[in-house]
Amino acid sequence: MTAEALLILIVFGPLAGALIAGLFGARLGALASQAVTTGLLVLSAVLSWVVFAQWTWGDLEPFTLTLAPFIHVGEFISNWSIRFDALSAVMLVVVTTVSALVHIYSWGYMAEDPSRPRFFAYLSLFTFAMLALVTAADFMQLFFGWEGVGLASYLLIGFWHQKDSANSAAIKAFVVNRVGDFGFALGIMTVFWMFGSIQFSEVFANIDEIAGTTWRFIGYDWSAVDLAAVLLFIGAMGKSAQFFLHTWLPDAMEGPTPVSALIHAATMVTAGVYMVCLLSPMFESAPVARNIVTVIGAVTALFAATVGLAQNDIKRVIAYSTCSQLGYMFFAAGVGAYQAAMFHLFTHAFFKALLFLGAGSVIHGMHHEQDMRRMGGLWRYLPVTYAVMTIGTLAITGFGIPSLGLGFAGFYSKDMIIESAWAAAMSQGGVASFAFVVSLLAAGLTAFYSWRLAFMTFHGTPKWAEAGAQGHDDHAHDGHAAAAHGHDDHAHDDHGHGHGAHTPHESPPSMLAPILLLSVGAIAAGYAFKKQFVGDYQEAFWGGAIFNSPANTVLEQAHHAPAWVLWSPLVVSAIGFAVAWWVYIAREGMGARIAEKKGLAWTFLYNKWFFDELYEATFVRAARVLGDLFWKVGDQKIIDGLGPDGVSAASYALGRRTGRLQTGYVYHYAFVMLLGVAGLLTFALWAWRA
Amino acid sequence: MTGILSLITFAPVLGAALILALRAGRPASARGDDLTRWIALITSLVTLGLSVLLTVRFDSANPGFQFVEDIPWFAGIHYRMGVDGISVLFVLLTAFLVPLCVAASWKSVEQRVTSYMVAFLLLEALVIGVFCALDLVLFYVFFEFGLAPMFLIIGIWGGKRRVYAAFKFFLYTLLGSVLMLAAVLAMIGVAGTSSIPDLMAFRFEPWMQTWLWLAFFASFAVKMPMWPVHTWLPDAHVEAPTAGSVILAGILLKMGGYGFLRFSLPMFPDASEFFAPLVFALSAIAIVYTSLVAFRQTDIKKLIAYSSVAHMGFVTMGIFSFDVVGVQGAIFQMLSHGVISGALFLCVGVVYDRMHTREIAFYGGLVNRMPIYAVIFLLFTMGNVGLPGTSGFVGEIMTLTGVYFSSTWTAVAATTGVILSAVYALTLYRRVVFGEMTNPALADITDVNLREIVIFVPLVVATLWLGFQPGLVFNVTASSVDGLLDAFRTAVGD
Repeated sequence: MTAEALLILIVFGPLAGALIAGLFGARLGALASQAVTTGLLVLSAVLSWVVFAQWTWGDLEPFTLTLAPFIHVGEFISNWSIRFDALSAVMLVVVTTVSALVHIYSWGYMAEDPSRPRFFAYLSLFTFAMLALVTAADFMQLFFGWEGVGLASYLLIGFWHQKDSANSAAIKAFVVNRVGDFGFALGIMTVFWMFGSIQFSEVFANIDEIAGTTWRFIGYDWSAVDLAAVLLFIGAMGKSAQFFLHTWLPDAMEGPTPVSALIHAATMVTAGVYMVCLLSPMFESAPVARNIVTVIGAVTALFAATVGLAQNDIKRVIAYSTCSQLGYMFFAAGVGAYQAAMFHLFTHAFFKALLFLGAGSVIHGMHHEQDMRRMGGLWRYLPVTYAVMTIGTLAITGFGIPSLGLGFAGFYSKDMIIESAWAAAMSQGGVASFAFVVSLLAAGLTAFYSWRLAFMTFHGTPKWAEAGAQGHDDHAHDGHAAAAHGHDDHAHDDHGHGHGAHTPHESPPSMLAPILLLSVGAIAAGYAFKKQFVGDYQEAFWGGAIFNSPANTVLEQAHHAPAWVLWSPLVVSAIGFAVAWWVYIAREGMGARIAEKKGLAWTFLYNKWFFDELYEATFVRAARVLGDLFWKVGDQKIIDGLGPDGVSAASYALGRRTGRLQTGYVYHYAFVMLLGVAGLLTFALWAWRA
Repeated sequence: MTGILSLITFAPVLGAALILALRAGRPASARGDDLTRWIALITSLVTLGLSVLLTVRFDSANPGFQFVEDIPWFAGIHYRMGVDGISVLFVLLTAFLVPLCVAASWKSVEQRVTSYMVAFLLLEALVIGVFCALDLVLFYVFFEFGLAPMFLIIGIWGGKRRVYAAFKFFLYTLLGSVLMLAAVLAMIGVAGTSSIPDLMAFRFEPWMQTWLWLAFFASFAVKMPMWPVHTWLPDAHVEAPTAGSVILAGILLKMGGYGFLRFSLPMFPDASEFFAPLVFALSAIAIVYTSLVAFRQTDIKKLIAYSSVAHMGFVTMGIFSFDVVGVQGAIFQMLSHGVISGALFLCVGVVYDRMHTREIAFYGGLVNRMPIYAVIFLLFTMGNVGLPGTSGFVGEIMTLTGVYFSSTWTAVAATTGVILSAVYALTLYRRVVFGEMTNPALADITDVNLREIVIFVPLVVATLWLGFQPGLVFNVTASSVDGLLDAFRTAVGD
């Protein structure tokens, strides 16, 4: 089969699955729905690897397959198409692999949920939208996929729609993403008028002409390409939960855990990173925009890592970790190492999906407990989960020995980012230096919160034995966390493992198999592909899909980083590990005592820098107040008061005085109103003409 | 094919006459009412069939008027009909929605069925006439008489405050009408013709254009409705029966936008250019203001009515961008909104027929008892939010793109609408459909029945089909819009 045919199968297989399960799921039954969606997804994943292998080791050329017209008006031309190049090839394997494994995992995890056909239909629908996103050849299809994954995310976060907290989280995710899309949409309009096209190929071909010119926007002259890039990046910030627009991601953990693994860790949230890399020709000519990307990415990496230190919900810790790792990817792209960003996106997909699915296994085994304070000592009861979670932790902390060049997946990609930041700091200074410092700090914090998670969950004394007696009373003093707890329980309503005993248990093979496969990726994905993504073969591998301006030699210089730069990540990670060990193993109970004191720093971190409170007090409140003001004062008092109601009252009063106007007839009121309006218009026109 | 426009326009009148002949003066009976309903449905379906035929036979390569009929009437005024790429799809939209409205009224209207169906068919005839008329006076007659059946539908079959709503509706629209009448007379006096094609070629003095533009604007702005003359719409919608709301939102609001395209741009190009900033400002205000107001509503219909005002803001802004992307987007947005808002009002009608309340707080958790309804409502909610893949997206992004070139400020302000629409539409959906079903009165609510599904299917198909293949519309409108904009640019001299 030709590559074109394979791609059509890869992209539309999941759509077919979604439609079959969504429209006929009730009739087919859960088992058939699961089989169809999972079967098509596995096929899609296998074919993606076939195409990826052909690209990496074969002689496949990039191509764009135009399927049908979308919008053709004037120069505003968009087609439904499948764009194939190195970037989309990488995304195809990431998306379909994780999605197929998550489908399989959900057989076990969602086994008792009555709405399984709907769940699997949503998962497959998401996958299709994500594939449409990564294979877009123009901004319209990109936006279609972009909002399509947003819809799937909304539906899956709110999957258990009886829960108020899930519904709130779903709306929050959609609306915050729309704030990002506000910028994205304006970016597309800017690109259209600036380049006269919304096709990537045509836009990229004309960058040089536009670079250096200015563009008038809301009354100011801006550096043209910078403006377009920054507006588009706002969209990336929303989708990838970057600082300021990150607040939806932790709440999105209300969704079932397989969803968190697929959408809110491995794939959808990386769409922003993908976009920046895809638009590398644009960002290479947009130095200001790149600085903004660098700063936002670095701040997010640090901010999310700090918040992750103090959270107790196992899924929330991983969510903040995702946020932080996305920050790494962004500042890598910001300093010009797009290849490193994509490499980290690739490896992160494996180990972060692994961590989430592992957490799901813990939650499953703990009978829907998500609070790590009520876990401990689980390694004995969930040995397989323990082993794979340890692999995942080693991968995310980037464990590896620089002198041997051997380590887990994150070792290759994260260290590459840190070295790139160093290289950029050396050549450019400025924000790159900031990013380099942050990258080391955040690496230490990552090690701390990741090992903290591992220790609180799997080591120490078991706390789940007393959990039943203790109840949920300690939620009283943190109402926020209680609402956020997202008891991941509807899937397990009739669990049948004996609720009374509350003995943790290992998960079934359908859940463990996907995690074990992911652990292969978490161990080897870095070593196996480092040469292609960032090493000697990178230019041939990317084949022009990522553009580096001739002046940008960051990736090249990163390979010549001195020994102290290579060893620093390991050292800070070791410190993070040691502190976590000290606080949660050696002096077990110390973490709880710190939390009890409610110190200033702890409170600040525990409440996530008070972003939710800030937004609630400003934007949400403003929308309510303004809405009421416009409605009750604007519409009812002023417009109606001066308009129809006022006219009828006035003419009624006038009528009583003269006693001759027969009030009650509509046309009398109208006439009076007309006179008024005519007078106003006359005055206005007279004023304008003068 | 000459005469097909008159046939389409007057077919509903024939149906109405048949109903009157058979049923007028007879006592109401279940069988008689059913006969009325069937005649109305068949009439509207015949009209739809003829409109489809019209659209199929329409030559989209020809930018001018087609199927033209021209019969001298009186005092130099002609009965002149014809359609171009801009109007033909509005005829089709009208003919598409009316059968759905008749079907939707099947059970919910039980009082004075004969008068109701007659009023509805007359309304259809008059509205189609508006889009076909090529004589200024004939247009005015259709345009103004179109109000009367709507006025009656609200005033007789409406809710509790129907008289207030009908009064407000009438007052506002009358204001515009009177000014427009004066303008019509002035135009005929100066140009010496009432033929719309001739008037499009006639150049009025710039100072006169200003006055004429304002007079027409008063009428069209009320119809759209534009901020700040929009307050009649929420009241009219709330009180109107479901089918009345569908036609109001689906068709009547489009008469204003159609008017701008048919009269303001081609006949008063200088004034249009002069007043464009005013239109941009009012459009941007409408989008932000009414979206925020919609967010605070407690009545489902009022919420959707306010969201209609916001969506019409995209239309006015797109038209006055004078850019092909913006104008095409505006036409598309009108057609798309006709389908989506019509469908949303039908969605409200489904639960209103069962529970007789539109209070949002009354509902909640409907998905538990009405899974199919939940899917349908979700689809149209997403259309309202402008999700790509639904027709709602195409119109929004194109009108925004069009206006961006003229005024980035307007584009920025209006783009906030994509955030705000998500806020109010998803909040509504959540409160009505999601959550636990706590109200015991809802315990026995039933899902959509076969009749309702049959009504929704064409709307679902239209929303998605146009969402993925908007070219269906653009292919028809392209040459007429190009002609319109070419003439406009020549007239204003750039």
